Amino acid sequence: MTAAFARWATEVLEESGHLFDFAGELARETGRFLASPRRSLRLDARPLLAQFEQIGALSVPVVLTTALFTGMVLALQAGLTLELKLNGITQFMGRTVALPFLRELGPVLTGLIVTGRIGSAIAAEIGTMAVTEQIDALKTLATPPVRYLGVPRLLACLLMMPALAALADVVGLAGGWAVSSLALGLPSNVYWGDIPAMVGAGDVATGLAKSVVFGGIIAVVACYQGFKTTGGAEGVGQSTTRAVVWASILILVSDYFLTAFFALLP
Amino acid sequence: MIEVRGIHKTFGRLQVLKGVDLDVRSGQTQVILGQSGGGKSVLLKVIAGLLDADEGRVRIEGRTRAELGPEESESAALRFAYLFQGAALFDSLTVGENVTFALRRFTRKSHAELRDIAEERLNWVGLKDVQDKKPAELSGGMRKRVGLARAIAMDPAYVLYDEPTTGLDPISSDAVADLILSLQARLKNTSIVVTHDMALAFKVGDRLSLLYQGRMRAEGPREEFRRMDDPVVQQFIHGRADGPIQFL
Repeated sequence: MTAAFARWATEVLEESGHLFDFAGELARETGRFLASPRRSLRLDARPLLAQFEQIGALSVPVVLTTALFTGMVLALQAGLTLELKLNGITQFMGRTVALPFLRELGPVLTGLIVTGRIGSAIAAEIGTMAVTEQIDALKTLATPPVRYLGVPRLLACLLMMPALAALADVVGLAGGWAVSSLALGLPSNVYWGDIPAMVGAGDVATGLAKSVVFGGIIAVVACYQGFKTTGGAEGVGQSTTRAVVWASILILVSDYFLTAFFALLP
Repeated sequence: MIEVRGIHKTFGRLQVLKGVDLDVRSGQTQVILGQSGGGKSVLLKVIAGLLDADEGRVRIEGRTRAELGPEESESAALRFAYLFQGAALFDSLTVGENVTFALRRFTRKSHAELRDIAEERLNWVGLKDVQDKKPAELSGGMRKRVGLARAIAMDPAYVLYDEPTTGLDPISSDAVADLILSLQARLKNTSIVVTHDMALAFKVGDRLSLLYQGRMRAEGPREEFRRMDDPVVQQFIHGRADGPIQFL
């Protein structure tokens, strides 16, 4: 039992080391990309735009649907709790929905949804390229694979995640308003007017900052799993699963530490 | 000229290459024969710089890759072309975009010029009107030809063929052999062909070598190789199950 745990811990540490090495390589290649933007865009504008579309625009419907219903259920639960258990103090509905949504649910839910939709796709696409020698083919054409495949995905994840999280925030609050107003009968001005009383720009900013970190986690983990894929279709499946599991875990773990970090800021 | 000296390569506990030496002469086609799983493709990838050897070195025109700077490495890489066993075409790009991939990245040619070059190289490999198709729409033989057109698009000095006839019928295999000869005549390049297809080997090879048990067992000009009295070479040439070579 102890030996098995030691072996597992060693594997996790080794894997983490490789992941950090890969993150460093991806960061260096991204730095080179940004250092000569005109040349980079001339060479790689097309894959970059394709990733912006894939990661950003095409993720909008699923992110918004999730945010809408999460905002609605949050309002419903909050309404029932405030109404039935806290003597009808439903004038606090706005803050009760907005605070957790802007600080936590918006960025975390968006992160998990994008992990499922995009993290899996990145790992599967790059993994398939690895097992069909397309990654080697890039090298023979003097094109660094991490730069050609990894950098556009990282940039798209870093820039699109806060945009998606911001959209999720707006739609989540709207979902909360819809339930408060239409199902629970709370006047709209009471719901919207309560939000600024407890929620500031800092809450929105920390939520969006978290989503940038989550975007980085998704891109790094998914690309790493894709590039290290071996063993045909079975290997691609395993890489895809590992990408989703590891990115989801890292998002949830890092969320705690980011929250603690932001709490320490003045 | 490519000089390969003392190449060792191990995967896990499997020692695939145990000190391979080989000289590939400029302007000639060197065929590397060997059993399936015997390390031929690994050797080719080490020569192409796709795999690092555990020991030994590969010198190209007198210099190893480690001696080159970043820009020299890029231009050195473009002097090498590699035809992969499964063609390794980029699924997300059209045939034309595959063929002109390197040209789009490393030259300033217009869209019209790129299409003309793609059409020309596709014609060289016997394909017409496929530029706008996706690789998934092509047969295995056609995919290999597109892979070859992509490989030669930058007029490489060295072309490395990894099992170019695997999975093809005999007639298509002979057509690929003719293609290798016609490209060699047109581009005057140095080629290395890894195969276990004896018909291809004797048709295109100026010199033949046999990789056996991780080392070069025999090497020589085509006719000399054919007449070698080494029982391992003769068993391989004639494809007999009985003899010193055991199934892997």
